[in-house]
Amino acid sequence: MNREDFPLLKEEIIYFDNGATSLKPKCVIDKMVDYYTNYPANAHRGDYDLSYKVDQEYEEVRELVKDFIHADALEEIVFTSGTTESLNMIVNGFFEPILEEGDEVLITTSEHASNVLPWFRLANKKGIQVNYIPLDSNYYLTIDNLKKTVTKNTKVISIAGVTNVIGDIRPIKDICKFAHENNIFVVVDGAQMVPHMHVDVKDLDVDFLAFSAHKMCGPTGVGVLYGKKELLEHLEPTVLGGGMNEAFDSPQEIYYKELPTRLEAGTRNIAGVIGFGEAIKYLNKIGMDHIHKYELSLRQYLIDKLIPIKHIDIINIESDSGIVTFNVVNVFSQDVAYYLNKYNICVRAGNHCAKILKSSVGVNNTVRVSLYFYNTYEEIDNLIELLSDYGKIVKEMI
Amino acid sequence: MEAREIIMEHYMHPVNRKRMDNEEYVQANTRNESCIDNIDLYVKFNNNVIEDITFDGEACAISISSTSIMIKNLIGKTCREALHYIHEFYKMTNEEEYDKSVLGDAYVYEDIVKNGHRKTCANLPLKGLEKAILEHLE
Repeated sequence: MNREDFPLLKEEIIYFDNGATSLKPKCVIDKMVDYYTNYPANAHRGDYDLSYKVDQEYEEVRELVKDFIHADALEEIVFTSGTTESLNMIVNGFFEPILEEGDEVLITTSEHASNVLPWFRLANKKGIQVNYIPLDSNYYLTIDNLKKTVTKNTKVISIAGVTNVIGDIRPIKDICKFAHENNIFVVVDGAQMVPHMHVDVKDLDVDFLAFSAHKMCGPTGVGVLYGKKELLEHLEPTVLGGGMNEAFDSPQEIYYKELPTRLEAGTRNIAGVIGFGEAIKYLNKIGMDHIHKYELSLRQYLIDKLIPIKHIDIINIESDSGIVTFNVVNVFSQDVAYYLNKYNICVRAGNHCAKILKSSVGVNNTVRVSLYFYNTYEEIDNLIELLSDYGKIVKEMI
Repeated sequence: MEAREIIMEHYMHPVNRKRMDNEEYVQANTRNESCIDNIDLYVKFNNNVIEDITFDGEACAISISSTSIMIKNLIGKTCREALHYIHEFYKMTNEEEYDKSVLGDAYVYEDIVKNGHRKTCANLPLKGLEKAILEHLE
């Protein structure tokens, strides 16, 4: 649906790599061109009309984001460069000062690198323990397994809301309830969740949430760090500079601004944030529940057509998102991607930055189709036709 | 045989695909930046001669076949000859003038690497061997 809004979709191309990044509708592109063309001033810097307009546009997006995820206050919304930066800020700015040797952080083997490596570094630096909540036979995270894994040392549970290889939706609300009863913080990597479904941070009761604009029709280089206000107050800025300080005279006398500005040092990605605002308006118009429902129906259609193909091994038959991961028997995933590319079909091959997942799934590399609302049943038919012919795949994969 | 058949033959039946834990072999890992192809080379030097090469790992058809063809072509060659081969191969994949007579059937990648992302796949084993040779010569 809404295909006419995407300039690229006028071309003969089938884009199935939405887990990596989404396409951009014309309104988002136009909005950024408008900024660069008509009011390309800095934010928070000038006492003149152009700069005032920048401030207004920029801060309006904070309002849009706040409403989009149902946060309580504008101070809870910090603009970052993306999910990765948000997660790094949470780990380095909030948890590093408070975690002590022997404290435990629980993650899973299906986490993306950006929710693994910052914790690994902290483990090396401070002697915290990073342990894994076991996944079930569908590679799902269950609340029962979580309860069995938590110890008295567990201080943080840091997990994706929807994983990027399996595409399962985690029971975040139940996890938060259990965690908070046991004085455990919950960090949610929302990169694959926020673009695809209605998210209410208050209802879920997450402590921190990170997500990126570019996976939800927005520009690259913009993301959000959401944190409960009382927690964000204690997040030490990891980047210092202009815009975030109130005054400074000497190393002993540095005064930071209030939230959220103190966590947004330097000139921000203004065009990106403004473009992101347009993307949120655009998604709101379609409706997140509508998007989620349509993606699930597309996914089911794809799964039903893939199952009968004998030379296809599906990794995640069951899943509640638009992510389908599979292999063609005896054909390396990259060769499958290369074959499909010959027919202008874009899919991702590899380990999708979830490098420790192989220990659970037993497969290193896979082909991933990740759907979004502008994909169609006809596109899936095209894909299926190409994947059905094993001889053709082998013949044309190089 | 046409290029495609040579590549497929080496992909389906690669030369010396076996792990070597033998101490006489030095191991060199080589992996693709796009985080997929991952090959371990095992190289046995006898002074300045490459006496044997084997490999193990997971990679695409282009990387595996390129490894196999490289192994077939370079066993028994001196380090200097091998480096010369590697550099001619790079010239080919960079679409520069190169000496076809040095590469033997490795010319089969001449066209394929024009698809940008396949170039790193073809070069992968050569990068690994180059590193192993340079370390050996040091």
